[in-house]
Amino acid sequence: MSAIVEAEGLTRQFTVRDGARRRRVLAVDDLTTRISAGEAVGYIGANGAGKSTTIKMLTGILVPTSGTVTTCGLRPVKDRRRLAREVGVVFGQRSQLWWDLPVRESFRILAAIHTLSAAAERARTEELVERLELAGFLAVPVRQLSLGQRMRAEVAAALLHSPRLVILDEPTIGLDVLSKQRLREFLVAERRAHGTTLLLTTHDMGDVERLCDRVLLIDHGRLVYDGDLAGLSRTAGAERVLTVDLTAPSADLTGIPAARHLSSEANGLRQRLAFDAESTTAARVFAAVAERAEVVDFTVEEPDIEDVVRRIYAARR
Amino acid sequence: MRTTVRVYWRLLRAGFQRQSAYRLAALGGLVANTTFGLLKVAVLFATVRAAGGSLAGYDVGRMGTYVWISQAMLGSVNLHGRTDIAERIKDGRVAVDFLRPLDVQAAEITTEVGRSLFALIPRGLPMIAIGAVVGMAAPESAAAYPLGVLSVLLGIVISSATAYLVGVAGFWLVETRGLQVCYMVVSGFLAGLFVPIQLFPRWLLLVAHASPFPSMMMYPIEILSGRVGLAGALALLGAQLAWLAGVGGLGQALTRAGRRHLEVQGG
Ligand SMILES: Nc1ncnc2c1ncn2[C@@H]1O[C@H](COP(=O)(O)OP(=O)(O)OP(=O)(O)O)[C@@H](O)[C@H]1O
Ligand SMILES: [Mg+2]
Repeated sequence: MSAIVEAEGLTRQFTVRDGARRRRVLAVDDLTTRISAGEAVGYIGANGAGKSTTIKMLTGILVPTSGTVTTCGLRPVKDRRRLAREVGVVFGQRSQLWWDLPVRESFRILAAIHTLSAAAERARTEELVERLELAGFLAVPVRQLSLGQRMRAEVAAALLHSPRLVILDEPTIGLDVLSKQRLREFLVAERRAHGTTLLLTTHDMGDVERLCDRVLLIDHGRLVYDGDLAGLSRTAGAERVLTVDLTAPSADLTGIPAARHLSSEANGLRQRLAFDAESTTAARVFAAVAERAEVVDFTVEEPDIEDVVRRIYAARR
Repeated sequence: MRTTVRVYWRLLRAGFQRQSAYRLAALGGLVANTTFGLLKVAVLFATVRAAGGSLAGYDVGRMGTYVWISQAMLGSVNLHGRTDIAERIKDGRVAVDFLRPLDVQAAEITTEVGRSLFALIPRGLPMIAIGAVVGMAAPESAAAYPLGVLSVLLGIVISSATAYLVGVAGFWLVETRGLQVCYMVVSGFLAGLFVPIQLFPRWLLLVAHASPFPSMMMYPIEILSGRVGLAGALALLGAQLAWLAGVGGLGQALTRAGRRHLEVQGG
């Protein structure tokens, strides 16, 4: 498969003034990775880990201190204008729409900027308006939109020229649950329809779970994990949790193989057991519980990714 | 080439439309322009009369033309140094400019010129109308009109391209307000906004001519008031083109260098 992003030893340093002293910040530190066409990659890490800085280098906004990167086969800084035709970027907190013009007018200008033919412009605009449900506010000036409406318009604006690579820097920041879900559904459909490559930074693990088949975790500018989500939990040794409701109050369910008793409520009517997904299965733990007590109901909780990230960070300190 | 024209035409229209959203501001500008214009008439006419009816090639009629055309251009020629690009560099929105397949400088200047052209409607035309009533001299040759209009457009573009330089200084300076205020103080004066630069003492006239500012406002007025003949008009247009090439080329170089220096602020 062809590479959409290839970074080699990509590094960016900032000099920040700290009172009278100057201090160096390694925002991105020796990043080497490759993203293939069609992948959906979640780029995660704590605040200040270096996600936005990486994106700025990938798109040619920021010049790397050292290392190389090619995006869509182009050198971002040198071929900036050509690259802009291949990539669509949404910076969650930065608008690319014309603030005092109606949404529709921004789309028209962008279509002209990207030299879409009249037919292509009409077809693509219609598609996006329908899928992102923009019809209700096409005539409204951008400054009057709600955040959720604006984000949908931003996404449409970034995707209007059907870019091969879509980069979203915190696209769901500040959105309510329903808006988030709609946006995710749209992105899934868009990928299915056009085979678009997706690179997404977010603090919302729901975004990663629903949208991404690969995760890059970055800590202080360094890549610390590259793989799928399940693997991330495994790396961190995170546990799944089985909660059972029993017919009668029972003693604590200790001593179940490869599981650990966490808590009991209401005299043992409800009990929680943690187990490592590597060494046993939910079915086996459940079977062992069922041998000792009669179960009315149960749930299995997957490890919380934020917790996973926290564990990985902690293990590196 | 055709697609390029289409893109920048869109941007020009966008600037035009954006400006049209601010009707109240246009009205305020109109009132200010008129008041200031009448004031200039009072002072400058008195000066011309005191000088015996003619001063540095200006009689009362030409001085009327000077006053009302300078007032008409005031809303469209950037003599304050404030630009959108300065704001965008400061808060990091300029990142979005670099994400477009456009020449950042050309796109910015085109949009600003679009705004300026809109301003000619609510703020420019009424000044000409007032001037026609209050009294202003016409040039002798009819050819002065198209040349004058061309010169006005060039003046607007040169001012946008020069103000752009102040804006992109923000690639190096965290705060460009000081520079902008300097530009505002110097540009209006040397562009001939307050008095025609021909009334300046000789040394100051030399300083003015060594700057792009007279080409923003003074030159078009000289052509439209008939203070210069056809040959003079062509020479002034040539000077405008030279200034445009100069500030435009400098802007290109600064944009390119600034980009390497750029540290987009904010997450
Ligand atoms: N223009 C700049 N000048 C100086 N330091 C900067 C600049 N931009 C980023 N940094 C520093 O680089 C580091 C990485 O910042 P970056 O914005 O890439 O983080 P991030 O992972 O996107 O964080 P967040 O999740 O908060 O958006 C931080 O320590 C930040 O302070
Ligand atoms: Mg960020």
